[in-house]
Amino acid sequence: MSPVISATNLDLTFETNDGPVHALKDVNLEINKGDFVSFIGPSGCGKTTFLRCIAGLETPTSGEISVNGMTPDEARRARAYGYVFQAAGLYPWRTIGGNIRLPLEIMGFSKSDQADRVSRVLELVDLAGFEKKFPWQLSGGMQQRASIARALAFDADILLMDEPFGALDEIVRDHLNEQLLQLWARTEKTIGFVTHSIPEAVYLSTKIVVMSPRPGRISDVIDSPLPKERPLDIRDSPEFIEIAHRVRDGLRAGHSDG
Amino acid sequence: MSFKGIFPALTVVGFILAVWTLAVIPMNAHLTADQAQRDDMVITPEAPRERQEISGLGLVFKNPAIIPLTYVQQRPRLPSPHQVAYEMYDTIFTKAPTSRRSLVYHAWVTLSATLLGFVIGTTLGVLLAVGIVYNRTMDKSVMPWAITSQTIPILALAPMVIVMLGAIGIQGLLPKSIISAYLSFFPVVVGMVKGLRSPDGMQLDLLRTYSANANQGFWKLRLPASMPYLFTSLKIGISAALVGAIVGELPTGARAGFGARMLVGDQYGQPVVTWAALFAAAITAALLVAILSLIERRTLSRMGMGAAA
Repeated sequence: MSPVISATNLDLTFETNDGPVHALKDVNLEINKGDFVSFIGPSGCGKTTFLRCIAGLETPTSGEISVNGMTPDEARRARAYGYVFQAAGLYPWRTIGGNIRLPLEIMGFSKSDQADRVSRVLELVDLAGFEKKFPWQLSGGMQQRASIARALAFDADILLMDEPFGALDEIVRDHLNEQLLQLWARTEKTIGFVTHSIPEAVYLSTKIVVMSPRPGRISDVIDSPLPKERPLDIRDSPEFIEIAHRVRDGLRAGHSDG
Repeated sequence: MSFKGIFPALTVVGFILAVWTLAVIPMNAHLTADQAQRDDMVITPEAPRERQEISGLGLVFKNPAIIPLTYVQQRPRLPSPHQVAYEMYDTIFTKAPTSRRSLVYHAWVTLSATLLGFVIGTTLGVLLAVGIVYNRTMDKSVMPWAITSQTIPILALAPMVIVMLGAIGIQGLLPKSIISAYLSFFPVVVGMVKGLRSPDGMQLDLLRTYSANANQGFWKLRLPASMPYLFTSLKIGISAALVGAIVGELPTGARAGFGARMLVGDQYGQPVVTWAALFAAAITAALLVAILSLIERRTLSRMGMGAAA
């Protein structure tokens, strides 16, 4: 089976006023269909930049990257992915339903199809009944769920998430992590997930990509042996703690030689 | 405005009225004394020449009997509040609105120029703002000129506009509206540029992930995001438009409008007329802004942004 996302010798340098910044150096990675891949590392390690390269929001300086066998730009036009940002970024002048309809309107779905999809994805993120509410009437966690629903609405196979729960408190975060795993199991999407949190990365992922800064590069790729079914208390199991250790070691190693 | 907001506002109004009422006495002291002397009252000092040497306040202290008379002068230097109020009542409610002696008639003359100018200015302002946001060349070229345009004193410019347009046969409403538009387009440009640029990088990236085109970005994101900014600008713009229309009435001796009324009062020594026109203009401006605030609140709350506004 050919990988859904594949990057070969990817390099990206930003030209800034303080001189060039080497954001990504020699990144090689393959992501298979149905993988849940977490990117973890300190600030400036290029994890968000790499996600943006997959989305075609940044253009690599050199190297190859393909998404569904296409260039990222072509993949974007073919609606290959939905993107979830750190902030929910719902339009305050649209209802929750209206926000989820936004991509559907832009992509030209029919009115009746739009309505079906909105109610289906609201169900999926457990927000049925909130269609007519405005964003300010929802909590931060609910807003982020609505933004996930918006990314799911047009049935992209890939879901790219850039620290989606970073601004939420721990309890809400645990709950959303659990829900995200259920959603992943139900929809069989390929997920790329950027995070700062080691427990979050280990709990969610089938593959953990540890990155280190200056220049941004991959320092370790860990295939998780954890089963697909993951209750929250799996975080106390020895396997979980062992992977978390390996991730922490990878982060530390990246720091000392960086 | 909430009900609580009325009390501080009323306090300020009350304070201004009190200062005004007190100021009437010394301001009108000399002419009241002169008048009283002609009416056989004994005034100290007796010689008008000597009275010029002392202040109004000093004169009042020497002749407390003239205090009530300062409030009822035919041609006061400073009309008292009740004189202005009566003049306004008389010219607003007891004259037919079509009569030249009616303030309602003059209000309508100024208001029609204001509204036309406001519509022209707002349209121009929005179009320029869209151009500035979407076109780098316009961004670099238009904005400095828009700012420069507002540094030219409108009092110097208005007569030229009126005279030049008059020379090519354009008279009446339009020249005044152009001056209104000239003053009101600027806040709209500044506010709309800011509003159209208010969506952050993340919101623009979100649209890119949908491969949205520039048109969709404008109608679905930039325009709705700019609405709170637009209303703020409109409120500034409409009061500027009213000032523009009044200024447009001053230089050529217009026969009607608030500006004409103020000029007439000034030239014929009837300050009460000037003051009544001044207050009527202020009330008109307040009403226009209040109407816009109401539309703003309705629109934003219907858009779900009421909580933010």
